[in-house]
Amino acid sequence: MTDATDRPRMGLLRRIRHHGGELALTAPSFVWMTFFFVVPTAIVFLLTFRPTAVDGGIGSGWTLETWKTISNPNYPSIVWRTIWLSAVATALSIGIALPCAFAMARTSAKWRSVLVGLVILPFWTSFLIRVFAWKNLLHPQAALARALHTDLGPAGFLALQDVLLFALLFGAGCLALFLANSWRMSSTARGKAACAALLVATVAGALWCAKLWIGFTSARIGAGVCSIVPPGAPLLYNSLAILVVMVYTYLPFAILPLYAAAEKFDFALLEAALDLGARPVRAFVNVFVPGVKAGIYSAVLMVLIPALGSYVIPDMVGGPDAEMIGSKIYQRAIPDRNLPHASALSALLMLGVLVPPGIAWLVFRRRHIGATETDVVRSIGSSNLGNLGGRRRREGGAA
Amino acid sequence: MKRMERRSRGVFWAILLFFYVPIIVLVVNSFNKDRYCGPWRGFTFKWYDRLFNDHEIWQALANTLEVAVGATVASVVLGTLAALAISKYKGKIQGAHYGLLYTHLVLPDILMGISLLLFFISLGLELSLVTVFLAHTTFCVSYVAMAVLGRLEDFDGALLEASRDLGANPWQTFWKVQFPLLLPGIAAGGMLAFTLSIDDFVITFFVNGAGAETLPVKIYGMIKRSPNLPEINALSTLMMIVTMLAVVASRMMQRSRNPAAAPAAAPAALPEGQGGRVRR
Repeated sequence: MTDATDRPRMGLLRRIRHHGGELALTAPSFVWMTFFFVVPTAIVFLLTFRPTAVDGGIGSGWTLETWKTISNPNYPSIVWRTIWLSAVATALSIGIALPCAFAMARTSAKWRSVLVGLVILPFWTSFLIRVFAWKNLLHPQAALARALHTDLGPAGFLALQDVLLFALLFGAGCLALFLANSWRMSSTARGKAACAALLVATVAGALWCAKLWIGFTSARIGAGVCSIVPPGAPLLYNSLAILVVMVYTYLPFAILPLYAAAEKFDFALLEAALDLGARPVRAFVNVFVPGVKAGIYSAVLMVLIPALGSYVIPDMVGGPDAEMIGSKIYQRAIPDRNLPHASALSALLMLGVLVPPGIAWLVFRRRHIGATETDVVRSIGSSNLGNLGGRRRREGGAA
Repeated sequence: MKRMERRSRGVFWAILLFFYVPIIVLVVNSFNKDRYCGPWRGFTFKWYDRLFNDHEIWQALANTLEVAVGATVASVVLGTLAALAISKYKGKIQGAHYGLLYTHLVLPDILMGISLLLFFISLGLELSLVTVFLAHTTFCVSYVAMAVLGRLEDFDGALLEASRDLGANPWQTFWKVQFPLLLPGIAAGGMLAFTLSIDDFVITFFVNGAGAETLPVKIYGMIKRSPNLPEINALSTLMMIVTMLAVVASRMMQRSRNPAAAPAAAPAALPEGQGGRVRR
């Protein structure tokens, strides 16, 4: 361990006289981060090859046993649930955040900071408490659950969620047609690939909605009661609850970078598109959305990564039937005291979280990834979010 | 354009409603007699009463503040040094330095928690408030460094040259010229570190030892085990009031310091909302 912390210093020994200042400034945080970040990360990967001791510790010797058990049928379903829930939560958050960012950027400068404040204000409460608030709201005894479980008679078959799901299916159908058309019209390979990927995602989402509706309806018919949610089906402790709470907690991370990007967007382009006869939806999708591309990349990064690693949400509203990798890591590490298993799952998550952005970073030549994200964190330093776009706009003007 | 604006504004207000309804329900339920947060059964202060008589909560609060103050001081020193190094020197080492801090910023909490837990176990360190302090300092350093770097980016290097030309030595230049100008960034980073440390649950949950509970860990335990859920509502309401007051106070401080910049600085101290929640 000391090797790792000493290495940068050893290589520099000869130049210390010239670089004393740099060393003095760099060493404290560099050594600290190496010791408390790099070394622990290495330990996670190392421990996956160690056997489990009976007393809950780590055995001696090396083994591949852990990786073999990780591929047993229980884990892939958890990995799969983690991936699709995070992906859907990210897509939903960005889909909702786009019009919000648009609305915020089109407000007069005086009100903008108020709107940003309104978005952020609820998130000043503790994260745990916000998740707990949803537990309150979705509690079986609470007003929402009782309303959704009320017998509506025959009207129940055309109740809110059916209408909603049909609207969603209709929307997905329109979106699919739109994407197919865009695919046909786009000239670049990357554009075609993006359209195809979105098309596949839309179809998958539509199929999921249809499956959900069939499940609901058959449960209602089976129970003979036409309530919106079949009796006995709790609102809490399922994947849908996780999805709702995830969108609730991560949405500001989609709104803020998108708003930062929208502020820099030149709305004259949008007006030009409308003047040239584009319909509003088309103008929004073909002009505004590509215009805030940098914000979308940051939003994906800021929502997807914490979503993949979320522990509190699946633990509190997911329950044992809807586990995610995060809650499984905790369960393996603390109650089960199976440290090699926990580290194997963590290693998996770490690769899943760091490799795709790394590849994206290489592919997009480090242009967009993280640009606005650091903007958001850094703006704290200059402490005015109302003016997030300002600096960049100046730079753009100079170039 | 007008129609698009109207529609998008509709979505925006609907989303604000979505943001605030759960919180309003929570506050209302803290005065509800019903112990399962169910239908309204009348107004009561009994949950607040129980809360004030719960000594473990006050102990947890004391622990939280202790850790937060320590981690803030340590991370402000480390983070400011890191930011100075990264902005002043270029080259591979600073590239790696920045990479370390940035990667740590995006990594999910649970990974930091588990890796630090395994690290402490391998070192044979006993879990206590000390390990919590070490963990908190580690994740706060990145935020402080980014906040100070943001300030350094707008920094006018000519000021340093002027100071040197006027005969100040590097030490004087730093303390008399650069430091006062960086202070807002450092203060913002410190506030960010403090709030993040107070609010952190996941990392603390992994590295805290028996008897070293911080407030979020205590709240989590109550949510999992307590028969009196409304007591948590009461606690949450109080915490929200405290944070709101802190926000108002920091806004007023900002306004009195710099009246001209007041409107632009309205959402100052955003830290929590933005940086903070990145890591979940």
